[in-house]
Amino acid sequence: MLLCDFLRHELHAFAVHVGCEHGVCGACTILIEGRAVRSCTQYAAQADGADIVTAEGLAPPGTLNEVQRAFMKHHALQCGFCTPGILCSVAHFLRQTPEPDERRVREMLSGHICRCTGYTSIVTAILEAAAMMRKGS
Amino acid sequence: MKPVAFDYYRPQTLSEALELLADKGDEAVILAGGMTLGPMLNLRIVRPRAVIDISRIEALQTISVTGSVVVTGAGLTQSEALSSEIIAREVPLLAMALPWVGHFQTRNRGTLGGSVAHADPSAEIPLALVACGGTVVLQSRWGQRRIGARQFFVGALVTQRRPDEMIMALEWPRSAPDAGHAFSEIAQRHGDFAIAAAACTVRLAKPDRVEQLVVGIGGVEDRPVAIDVSSFLGQAPGEMAAKLSEYAAASVSPMDDRSASAAYRTALTKVLVERAVNSALSIARLQRGRLQ
Ligand code: FES
Ligand code: FES
Repeated sequence: MLLCDFLRHELHAFAVHVGCEHGVCGACTILIEGRAVRSCTQYAAQADGADIVTAEGLAPPGTLNEVQRAFMKHHALQCGFCTPGILCSVAHFLRQTPEPDERRVREMLSGHICRCTGYTSIVTAILEAAAMMRKGS
Repeated sequence: MKPVAFDYYRPQTLSEALELLADKGDEAVILAGGMTLGPMLNLRIVRPRAVIDISRIEALQTISVTGSVVVTGAGLTQSEALSSEIIAREVPLLAMALPWVGHFQTRNRGTLGGSVAHADPSAEIPLALVACGGTVVLQSRWGQRRIGARQFFVGALVTQRRPDEMIMALEWPRSAPDAGHAFSEIAQRHGDFAIAAAACTVRLAKPDRVEQLVVGIGGVEDRPVAIDVSSFLGQAPGEMAAKLSEYAAASVSPMDDRSASAAYRTALTKVLVERAVNSALSIARLQRGRLQ
């Protein structure tokens, strides 16, 4: 069983979206041991014992993290299909690259396909969230 | 889509993995990061009876420097390689190729060994290994074979690996401190497979004499190739990039397929070789200046 199917159908982590099912679109991106990876090109058995965070777990229930707030403010989502995957990627990316420039953000985003928002607002939101997080810490 | 049903094995040690491989051979596929095999399984392009997951074998995830080579375990992820200081210092060509490999999210899981084993003609890691003159270390229950990268890749997705062997490590010759390296590529979108890519390494003996020169080309033929550039050794680097790019474009036998025509690949070879050679030369000049 694919890891994404296990997370959705067995654990009901519905923020794990499934688009292409072969590693291309990024919708199914989650954090395994803190690293952003596809969950459609892995099997549930492979993740045995691993620490997994889906978009549901990026902020305490009922709250939004800095990145999620910036996405809301800048209209960085429309249908929201691509969003949970992007949020997981951003969590890892900003930990590794706390002061990204636009080029690096766009390079990281090349691993996600968004069919409605048009990327510009997503880039703006990520850059602003990064600045806010730097101020906060 | 979903893969066909298969038996899943997750050996903890190398010897367990080799035992399984000896036993299952043809019916088994080796799964490391799954960035290539995963899609192929899901699309049912491969329908194995057994999948041997080597991603938890720690002995395959090391980087070490021994004498004149850097040895990377087959299971080392592309992102670990990209953040390694050893690789940045000792194998700069690989460090330059890695940002072109897939995306941030796929490099977090994709491995060096997996890319080499899959042998896509346009993949960057095989090209870097060929250009460096590196070696593939193959291991089976019966012994070890070491094959030069330039012989290892036979054709598109075809290598010298036998079904009972697995890639254990890759050996990358350490770069000379005064060498200049460069990697250039054209793809449809960043992170897609290259339509064409070029790698270059150059060393200057004196400011006006080329001492060592390598030009590698990926995505153009059915496997990554190193062009025979011996006639350029000992020459002055002045007009070299332009001449070499003509020469490289004339020496390749390009593929012709849906992603690009043969004529376009030849044109790209010329442009990319010129870019790579120019930028490797300027780095080599800087390095020479710095070391003197
Ligand atoms: S569903 Fe996993 S990358 Fe598209
Ligand atoms: S918001 Fe609709 S796909 Fe990105």
